[in-house]
Amino acid sequence: MAYTEDDLEKELATKEYKYGFYTDIESETFPNGLNEDVVRAISLKKGEPEWMTDWRIEAFRYWQTMEEPEWANVHYAKPDFQNISYYSAPSKKPKYDSLDEVDPELLDTFKRLGISLDEQKKLAGVAVDVVMDSVSVTTTFKKTLAEKGIIFCSISEAIKEHPELVKKYIGSVVPQKDNFYAALNSAVFSDGSFCYIPKGVRCPMELSTYFRINQAGTGQFERTLVVADAGSYVSYLEGCTAPSRDENQLHAAVVELIALDDAEIKYSTVQNWYPGNDQGKGGVYNFVTKRGLCEKNAKISWTQVETGSAVTWKYPSCILKGDNSIGEFYSIAVTNNFQQADTGTKMIHIGKNTKSTIISKGISAGQSQNSYRGLVQINSRAENARNFSQCDSLLMGNKCGAHTFPYIEAKNKTARVEHEATTSKIGEDQIFYCNQRGIDTEKAIALIVNGFSKEVLNKLPMEFAVEAQKLLEISLEGSVG
Amino acid sequence: MSLKDKLLSSYLTFQENTDLDNSIHDIKDEAIKVFEEHGFPTRKDENWKYTSLNSLTKPDYSLVSHADDAIEFKDVKKYFLNDIDTYKIVFIDGVYSSYLSETTHDGVDVCLLSSALTKPKFKQVIDVYFNKIAKKESLTALNTAFAKEGAYIYVPKSRAVNKPIQIVHFSTGNEANLMLQPRNLIVAEENAEVQVIERHQSLNSNAVFTNSVTEIYAGKHARVDYYKIQNDKENASLIDNTHIDQQESSEVSVHTFSFGGKLTRNNLSFYQNGEHNNSILKGITIIEDKQHVDHNTLVHHKQPNCESHQDYKGIFDDKSTGVFNGKVVVDAIAQKINAYQSNNNILISDKASINSKPQLEIFADDVRCSHGCTIGQLDEDALFYMRTRGIGVKEGRALLMYAFANNVLESVKIPQLKARITNLIADKLGVNIGFDL
Repeated sequence: MAYTEDDLEKELATKEYKYGFYTDIESETFPNGLNEDVVRAISLKKGEPEWMTDWRIEAFRYWQTMEEPEWANVHYAKPDFQNISYYSAPSKKPKYDSLDEVDPELLDTFKRLGISLDEQKKLAGVAVDVVMDSVSVTTTFKKTLAEKGIIFCSISEAIKEHPELVKKYIGSVVPQKDNFYAALNSAVFSDGSFCYIPKGVRCPMELSTYFRINQAGTGQFERTLVVADAGSYVSYLEGCTAPSRDENQLHAAVVELIALDDAEIKYSTVQNWYPGNDQGKGGVYNFVTKRGLCEKNAKISWTQVETGSAVTWKYPSCILKGDNSIGEFYSIAVTNNFQQADTGTKMIHIGKNTKSTIISKGISAGQSQNSYRGLVQINSRAENARNFSQCDSLLMGNKCGAHTFPYIEAKNKTARVEHEATTSKIGEDQIFYCNQRGIDTEKAIALIVNGFSKEVLNKLPMEFAVEAQKLLEISLEGSVG
Repeated sequence: MSLKDKLLSSYLTFQENTDLDNSIHDIKDEAIKVFEEHGFPTRKDENWKYTSLNSLTKPDYSLVSHADDAIEFKDVKKYFLNDIDTYKIVFIDGVYSSYLSETTHDGVDVCLLSSALTKPKFKQVIDVYFNKIAKKESLTALNTAFAKEGAYIYVPKSRAVNKPIQIVHFSTGNEANLMLQPRNLIVAEENAEVQVIERHQSLNSNAVFTNSVTEIYAGKHARVDYYKIQNDKENASLIDNTHIDQQESSEVSVHTFSFGGKLTRNNLSFYQNGEHNNSILKGITIIEDKQHVDHNTLVHHKQPNCESHQDYKGIFDDKSTGVFNGKVVVDAIAQKINAYQSNNNILISDKASINSKPQLEIFADDVRCSHGCTIGQLDEDALFYMRTRGIGVKEGRALLMYAFANNVLESVKIPQLKARITNLIADKLGVNIGFDL
């Protein structure tokens, strides 16, 4: 029987969340609710120095005065911030020297996630910092990295062991008061990753963090801080999953990147938080603040593949402060069923001869809404700034929507800004052409979607590209090969 | 007293002095309530993010002119398009000037809204079309509440108006600060055709704030061409709200030439209510000093098999600011839509700025929508090439800028108007290069 678009739609509607399992690891969870005591308790629990506690409190006090933003093109039941537990950690606090000591159940979780640690260790040469429910469980390849002087650890460890670095850079790109969710994160962040690459060092391997929300009713508030000192290079990978639950889980992360003179940071994300079931019930609210600062001749490149979350609200940005700095943003956002994504980037050109590139591909299916929202700002002193933006949307079926909200602000006459956007569906003639050559409709759709996303997929590191392709496959079940 | 309060309190007096039938009174009462609720938009409104009305709402405006408003034709002749025969509807400080006008009731109605609103023979048309297309947003509602004068053009089925219609609003500056609220209604029935040229002109540098609303209804197969010339003095501000309802297979084009004025805001909304529509929105903006021009367009595709074409070019000098906020909405049933939107800008000075926000909101899958936006400079190589051929810097720049804007000019259907605009551009760029641009 011929595979038609209706079949595809049916398949899309009924596909199941592959990562929907729950690992029964005993964990220590705070009672629900948020007040200053909880913030202090989190800080105390983590054995943080006083300055960190004060920093959190300051953020919390400011957060109380703020209102939840409503400008995004998404509709959802607002999370009840008093009904969330702000701390959940596997209670067998792991301090392992080797993988053998790790809870076998946990290892099994990773295996099912497809990121089996030992496998990755051997095959991919990836150092993984796994964050399960906010507490960093294990860090691999630490020794190899240490030889180069690279610090790669959980942020709580960094606060204890490298306070001078953390103190200097935390909040420097995303201040505590930046926005509602950044303030919340600053107050209650439970863990995250910290990475420091010393001057002139090229990090020999891809650094990777895997996030997973496990415990019911917990919010995941992780904080990532990557500092690339002058002339260094690092490629950082981040992946996220969550078990399927009926209630909405909240995820409000903050990622700060600092690329000092001549440094380069490549930050890749594959996000497949639980998107809710085919009725639009459950799923993760993903409200993330990601921002990078480029000093002279520095380069920051964001690559993201967004396939999960019920609601995504995320704008990885670059502040191009130094002269000749470069910002890049490559994104694929796939929404299906009742998912809503409002994502894009901000490129703030401050320095001279700064360049930015934005490539955004949105694929909407089912009854989902997919929005691109971006800002390109050329300040008055940014001579010869250059931007190229391209936003393409692909619609499958007429129950979904694609939206584009680009903001372009230029205050310098030497600026060159180009913005292009297109929206289309998979052409009948394209499919017909493939059919003629013996490629069935399902494969043809796969081929076309793959081609549509190629520009972004190509930017992902090898190991991740494979996984991203797999994710596209799951998200648009049956349509991607 | 703020301008809002003043408007609200003068509304009652204003209403008492106008002789209208009840249905119009009801419309106005409802409209003033909308304005009372929302007031003037502020920069907190997403649609007004880049344009502030603060400086506009400060002065103490006269809402009607009390002075003697007679002006001589020879003084204002240059503001008319004279080399072709046209109908003219002329207003001086918001009051109709029969002396300067040329109207008709021969087959088509080209006359005044005030008579259309009061005379029974127009009631049928007014009941069907007046205030039906206009959205119920604050500034349009404010105009509706105060609307009493403007152009009324009614073209019955299968008729074409035999010559273009010029609508000209003069303000004499006899009042120190004057607020005007003209209201136009243009109805082109099935298969009808009409061309309109609209201009707002102040005659000295006293402040004028015009909040104009135009409703255009294009019936089946109707063709409407509307040209707006906005080349006003440095203290004149204009908010132009134009709402267009298109029926099956109609074609409506609106060209906006913004060459001057303190603050110009164009809210241009197209609603495609039939299949096979074509909507054309084009604009050239060339401004300097501290001028501000904001184009806010909406094309709402509600039916399948339609097209829309948007092309806005802007050249910004000195401390001027330009805003383009274009929105294309495609409803789920509106399949097979072709929507194009393009916004190109050149910044000439370091202090000039441009904010552009081309938006797409698409709910149908079988559509082709694209938008593009560029900000750039004149090509130095091209300029150098011309200089090696003996063309001066200034002339060379003018040529390049003219070429940049030419796309928009090409679709102007009245040759004399095209020549007029070309002269305005040449004048604006301060060049005389020996041949007509």
